Amino acid sequence: MSGDVTWVGKAPESVVPEGDSLVAAYCLQLGDDALIYAQRLGEWISRAPQIEEDMALGNIGLDLLGQARALLTRSGELDGTGRGEDDLAYFRDEREFRCVHLVQQPRGDFAFEMARMVWFAAYQRELYAALTGSSDPVLAAIAAKAVKEVDYHRDHAEQWVLRLGDGTQESHERMQAALEVVLPYLAELFDDDAVSSAAAEAGIGVLPSSLHDAVVARVAALVERATLTLPDDSRWRSRGGRRGVHDQCMGYLLAEMQHIARSHPGATW
Amino acid sequence: MTAATRARTDVVAAVRAVPDPEVPVISIEDLGILRSVEVDGEVVRVVITPTYSGCPAMRAIEDGIGAVVAAHGLRAEVDVRLAPAWTTDWMSERGRDALARFGIAPPQPGAGVAAAGPVSLDLSVRRVACPLCGSEHTEQISRFGSTSCKALRRCLDCHEPFEEFKAI
Ligand SMILES: [Zn+2]
Repeated sequence: MSGDVTWVGKAPESVVPEGDSLVAAYCLQLGDDALIYAQRLGEWISRAPQIEEDMALGNIGLDLLGQARALLTRSGELDGTGRGEDDLAYFRDEREFRCVHLVQQPRGDFAFEMARMVWFAAYQRELYAALTGSSDPVLAAIAAKAVKEVDYHRDHAEQWVLRLGDGTQESHERMQAALEVVLPYLAELFDDDAVSSAAAEAGIGVLPSSLHDAVVARVAALVERATLTLPDDSRWRSRGGRRGVHDQCMGYLLAEMQHIARSHPGATW
Repeated sequence: MTAATRARTDVVAAVRAVPDPEVPVISIEDLGILRSVEVDGEVVRVVITPTYSGCPAMRAIEDGIGAVVAAHGLRAEVDVRLAPAWTTDWMSERGRDALARFGIAPPQPGAGVAAAGPVSLDLSVRRVACPLCGSEHTEQISRFGSTSCKALRRCLDCHEPFEEFKAI
């Protein structure tokens, strides 16, 4: 968990990119969220409560991986470094990733995954719907495709939250506990970080805070139908993902995701 | 018809007939992912669109197009274009019939219209006919099947499980 950094002496000025570099930085943030969550969902294959769920979580991860590939490719086209999707996925170090803390959290029980997904898919659904109007035509096209996929992800998570919340006493308790575990990671989704703010200003992106009310209203209504309670406060909250400040778990995730590509750079088969 | 025109017609027909690698009973044209074919001298420019962002078959489809074009002595340039986003409404009648004969329930129409509107649909409440016996008395087992584009269902009359092509 990271707090705000206290600088000794003069704080380095943060440079907000402009033009193509801004589109690149914005796509990188969105791509990293999708990529890292895809990696976590892939961990469920062979570990889900039933084989259909192995396939469902694998499929959802695959959709997110496809979105990440398109977003990272767009980022690499515009950031002036000539990097491709694989360079960005496999050859960046932890501090260069821009994902939020929610998506990197280690896999918990199935209720945890559904709590994370119900929030993240609701967030992505609003985000991509708004991004279909992006002034960057490639980002608008990626969003128009992704929004239809995320509809299915959101629906899947919602069906499970309903079933578990309004299920047995055990499932109800675990679903309720899961809502509380993910709570501290939600505020970060709606922080207006420097890149998103500049991207929104330029018509490329969306101000994260503008998505907050619709996402919360959607999840709150579901939680009520599921006979659960939305926890309303947490003593601490995650910060810093968009600046490259991550949890300890992120290093382990990257080690697993990147080690083959780094052990055999340039390998093809 | 000159020999050159005939060759041109042949290669276009061959590209349109390239099968989908995961559901080989349906061609890329009938699936609605082939957007255009243009023959320009020695080069055949083909535009395709993916079904899902993460569809792993896209590479195989590009290779399939490359192979049939090369068999005509020409060179393929394949452009994968995301916009406008593919919808199952682009699937042809012939494609839907082929899926049903193969044992996969075809996608329900109107996906594009539903996706464009603000109304949220409960995706699990739909009537889907069993491709084996025709009964509409079926239920969903899982909305995610062996590939991104399919869901799993079972028939409550003939008791056979089957796949459904999801409307998107
Ligand atoms: Zn039947």
